[in-house]
Amino acid sequence: MNLNFTTEEKDFQQEVRQFLQQKLPEDIAIKTKKALHISKDQYVQWQQILNTQGWAAANWPVEHGGTGWTSTQKYIFANECAKAGAPDVIPFGLKMVAPVIYTFGNDEQKQRFLPDILASKVWWCQGYSETGAGSDLAGVRTTAVKDGDEYVVNGTKTWTTLGQYADWIFCLVRTGPPSAKNQEAISFLLINMHDPKITVSPIITIDGTHEVNEVHFDGVRVPANNLIGTEGQGWTYAKVLLTHERTGIARVAMSKERLVQLKELAEKSDDGANKLIDDPIFAQKVANIEIDLLALEYTELRTLSAISTGQAPGPESSILKIVGTQVIQAIDELYVEVAGYYSMPFVPQQYGDEFSGQHIGPETATNSSLRYFNNRKASIYGGSNEIQTNIISKAVLGL
Amino acid sequence: MDFSLSSEQQMIQDSVSKFIRSDYDFDTRRKILASPAGYSHKNWKLFAELGWLMLPFSEENDGISGTMADLALVMEEFGKGIVVEPFIATAVMAGGLIALAGNQQQKDEYLPKIMAGELQMAFAYAEPQSRYHLNNVKCTATETKGEFVINGHKSVVLNGNHAETLVVAARTCGNTSDNNGISLFLVDANHASVKREGYANVDGHQAADIWFDNTPPLGLLGEQDNALPAMNTIIDKATLAICAEAVGAMQIAHERTLEYAKTRKQFGRTIGSFQALQHRMVNMFIEHQQAKSILLMAVLKMDSNDGIDAKALSAAKSRIGKAANLVGRESIQIHGGIGMTDELDVGHIFKRLTTIQYLFGSTDVHTKRFASL
Repeated sequence: MNLNFTTEEKDFQQEVRQFLQQKLPEDIAIKTKKALHISKDQYVQWQQILNTQGWAAANWPVEHGGTGWTSTQKYIFANECAKAGAPDVIPFGLKMVAPVIYTFGNDEQKQRFLPDILASKVWWCQGYSETGAGSDLAGVRTTAVKDGDEYVVNGTKTWTTLGQYADWIFCLVRTGPPSAKNQEAISFLLINMHDPKITVSPIITIDGTHEVNEVHFDGVRVPANNLIGTEGQGWTYAKVLLTHERTGIARVAMSKERLVQLKELAEKSDDGANKLIDDPIFAQKVANIEIDLLALEYTELRTLSAISTGQAPGPESSILKIVGTQVIQAIDELYVEVAGYYSMPFVPQQYGDEFSGQHIGPETATNSSLRYFNNRKASIYGGSNEIQTNIISKAVLGL
Repeated sequence: MDFSLSSEQQMIQDSVSKFIRSDYDFDTRRKILASPAGYSHKNWKLFAELGWLMLPFSEENDGISGTMADLALVMEEFGKGIVVEPFIATAVMAGGLIALAGNQQQKDEYLPKIMAGELQMAFAYAEPQSRYHLNNVKCTATETKGEFVINGHKSVVLNGNHAETLVVAARTCGNTSDNNGISLFLVDANHASVKREGYANVDGHQAADIWFDNTPPLGLLGEQDNALPAMNTIIDKATLAICAEAVGAMQIAHERTLEYAKTRKQFGRTIGSFQALQHRMVNMFIEHQQAKSILLMAVLKMDSNDGIDAKALSAAKSRIGKAANLVGRESIQIHGGIGMTDELDVGHIFKRLTTIQYLFGSTDVHTKRFASL
């Protein structure tokens, strides 16, 4: 057991720092650090820069274009990216569907899809949840009925994040007869979003943004060779994907960076009497979150270390999701507190590139409550924290 | 001890409650928010006709009550509809300051217009650096040959964009955080030297940042250099009003969550049948009950002491803030994704419950104030 980086690891850290210094576009870094809206083009731009460097897919096997990094290298990379203001990659292609394709897909599918994902040439979205299938994801009702060489897909998916930009969607669909058990009737199907029989309708969330969508399939014909693996095995694949999703979901590096910035803001928040950072109640709140985050960081490192010795991420990864999102939301709340009265004005337009009017409040203070509102989703998505609790209860504790 | 409502109070509660149920449903509120003014002039006239705008004023000021009990009654019902009309800004804060500190001529000039629904006002006190310290005032009023001019910047002035007349707290002597040396002025909001940048807040309430550039006030309101006690009294009164609003809003958030949990099915059963969620909805209920109780405590203590009891008020704001936090967050969480949407009322209640936690002093600020008194 050793906490220190080896010489090679220190060299790697320098290499990452240098890369970020030279290649991370400044406008993207500023937006990431200030938690402002990053456009589709900016995400694609950054992911393509990463790909040119060979670093787009930290988790993929080397044979498909992955980095082959150790868990320590991944840790170093995530931390340096957060410090520099590099945005997280959009997960749907690189982190979600790709592992399913390279693990369960056939060679033709690997060749057809993986290079474009790696190069960020296509934008993927996730077709999992439905109105009636939220926490009970296995209750999906979107059907895919085999007709010759094609499946005919009917139904509606919801909470499809950034689906308005998507070229492709990976879906959980029912291929089995109505009598079949949910888990045995589900298949994993890849669908081209440019089909005219697909319509995307926006859902506006409480922070006033259009991030999620409903996606309607009205008799969409999908080539049968877009089915991953075996019919009726979709649930198994989805579970593997969700476990992978949960290891990245803790967002430890980002939370660390946000705490650093929060302390800087609280240091600047001088009301003529006291700095907020010197307020013992506030300081204690910050310290409690920081301590929780330290524990979380080491829980994540323990998980990563187990993976690097060949073990698959197990149900313990649910801890990362629960605690990680609790920390994110607690930090959001402190940003609102620092902003005080300026957490209230709803003026998101002032963070747009073309805005030339009177700016309200210091820096991004008015963004604080919007971020707090938006991140209520964190304890709901990716399997709600209640579902994660059930997973630990069942799969870990055997209750 | 008697906690029951008088017949007059019962009438007030019934009339506000009926208005919320029949004329302030969620869709109507949405339309009001989307309108250019962001609040309804028609509702404002109705509030006047029904006498609700007279409620914050005592009979000696030609009002009909002035008690915290009646104010809380109206505000708790308003909370059930998360009403956005500027009742607190105009009638409780600006009107309250005129009633408390104004001379007879000022009272005669402004109070009848406020109560008739003919005048919109706002109280400009917070500044970018002041956080929740009412004594932290940089904005200056300097006197030359008996004439004042005001200079400075006021933050997030509730109803500041629609107000025709402002009450402005400005420093007439001393340093930024001195308790002494703050004076109140009546200011024509439409004066050329007043620059206003209006916006809606995240909870739908209208507000503005306001800049004064050598602005001549209409007059001094109350005693020169000694406005802080009146400011404290009125901000505490407004704080009580939002505490009562939060109690009403929490009740609806809890009800909506229960309704949803009883109908939403997952895993072949209603989600309300899961004990893990049942306990959390019970906790929401307990929080709401505790909030309701401490509100009553503050109302009774303030009313038995001429409307002033800072310790009781801060106890209420602190405890209600804590309850609002839990009830707001849990109502979204138990709804799941649908609770995140703009289309459902729960998210809007959550947003108002959030701003209330930080308005007029955060939960922590009031906990500290309670401990210090």
